[in-house]
Amino acid sequence: MKAPKSLAIPYAVWVLIFTVVPLGLVVGFAMTDQDGSLTLENIFAMSEYMSVLFRSILFAIIATVICLLIAFPASYIISRASAINQSTLVVLLMVPMWINFLLRTYAWMTLLEQNGLINRLLGLIGLGPYNLINNSGAVILGMVYNYLPFMILPLYSVMVKIDQSIIEAAQDLGSNKLRLVRKVILPLSMPGISTGVIAVFVPSVSTFIISRMLGGGTNDLIGDIIEMQFSGNSYNPHLGSAMALVLMIIVLFMMSLFNQFGSEEDVIL
Amino acid sequence: MKSISSKIYMYILYTFLYLPILVLIVFSFNQSKSRANWTGFTLDWYAALFRDERILTSLLNTVIIAVCASVLATVLGTMAALGINSMKKTGKAILMGVTYIPVINPEIIMGISLMILFKFFVTHFHFQFGFATLILAHISFDVPYVIYNVLPKLRAMNPNLVEAAQDLGCNPRQAFFKAVIPEIMPGIFSGFLMALTYSIDDFVVSYFTSGTNVEPLSVTIESMTRVKVSPKINALSAIIFVVIAAIMIIRNIIENKKLRHDLALSRAARNEGVRR
Repeated sequence: MKAPKSLAIPYAVWVLIFTVVPLGLVVGFAMTDQDGSLTLENIFAMSEYMSVLFRSILFAIIATVICLLIAFPASYIISRASAINQSTLVVLLMVPMWINFLLRTYAWMTLLEQNGLINRLLGLIGLGPYNLINNSGAVILGMVYNYLPFMILPLYSVMVKIDQSIIEAAQDLGSNKLRLVRKVILPLSMPGISTGVIAVFVPSVSTFIISRMLGGGTNDLIGDIIEMQFSGNSYNPHLGSAMALVLMIIVLFMMSLFNQFGSEEDVIL
Repeated sequence: MKSISSKIYMYILYTFLYLPILVLIVFSFNQSKSRANWTGFTLDWYAALFRDERILTSLLNTVIIAVCASVLATVLGTMAALGINSMKKTGKAILMGVTYIPVINPEIIMGISLMILFKFFVTHFHFQFGFATLILAHISFDVPYVIYNVLPKLRAMNPNLVEAAQDLGCNPRQAFFKAVIPEIMPGIFSGFLMALTYSIDDFVVSYFTSGTNVEPLSVTIESMTRVKVSPKINALSAIIFVVIAAIMIIRNIIENKKLRHDLALSRAARNEGVRR
């Protein structure tokens, strides 16, 4: 005997009202003007923001690549540690993750600013002060710092399943380290990489707080522009929805690009 | 960890992850407002934090919203998981597909889309932005995590369990509450905890659905970082860090104990085998 299917009805109604309809409203708003008549004006108005869109995608890609480069060796090292070290290292990775990202970003603000700690320490040895904040580098740093664990955790959960004997076999058969990584570890880690790439890219491309706190208003991303259409002075939900629609399309494109590497097991953070 | 280079690599990585937070915490004890000059030890900022009406109110708001949303999401999600588990392929695929949307959709899009919906409610019904909108929004992003935690437990359950309970004299209702629910309880509980933590941590969705009357803690923190610099934020971060670190470390110690125990058991079993 199984539970009745009807138990899922309240949830089905719920997702219809609070997930499907709102997304439909975004599409509807994007295609209409203030009077409610159909228009493509909002989509065309996007052309003004092409540079912002381009910057968002570029920053997100750079942050994702840096995360991947840092995370790949780290995940491998964790996955080869003893069982007890593994669980400790993973917990140590998750503690900063559970601190609100506003506070984590704020921490970098205090480190990077003109009279912040890093510039003061550099000053002690006669260097600087440098402009460390309010530039593109600071925004990308903020993304990497906030979302790095999203890359390490799925990579680790795939790598931990790689049998040590496979690695030893490759070494016995004469693989050097580079070949071992390219021919054995990398292909076996592919599902983790695709999950990690999406887990870092999506929040990076859509952020609006990191760019505001570390970018100093000169490095607005698409998230900032959307946010302004909904809660700033330039209230225009129609244009904002058009931008959100474009953002969704970018995300869906990235996902379809990386889902073909097939992650059978869903790595949920 | 074998080689020295990998040890060094991990030390650098964890220093990168922890140093900014530790600096924040150290300067929560600093007398002056400066975030770079150490002028002496004080606990004043902690005292100021606990006198700050706005922060305390928003902390209470966050707790109310997170508890209400995660409890309701756990009920809704567990029912959904039970129903989905009995469904045929198509229905299951559709519902699981829709469940996946809040997980992968950028938070900002979830935030603005709910904001548009709630604005519609406000103009057409007797409805206001506040606790209701926040709890509705939080439930929406919490439920998928409950479903993802409960479904695997249902799949792993022995299908004969219910029949066995009924053979032993349970009616269907009793069989459900005495056999099925205890079996999937660990999944329900971990789903609830996940929903709770996501709700407490959420900023983006809350930012768009909170309106002006009810402010959750994360929204307060954001407006504090925007207007002025106050070491009260550092003090708050320090408290949050210590609480989270304590919970995680205790959990880890318990798990490691279990792990050591299991290792010792399997070793003992192996030795036993050798002796024989």
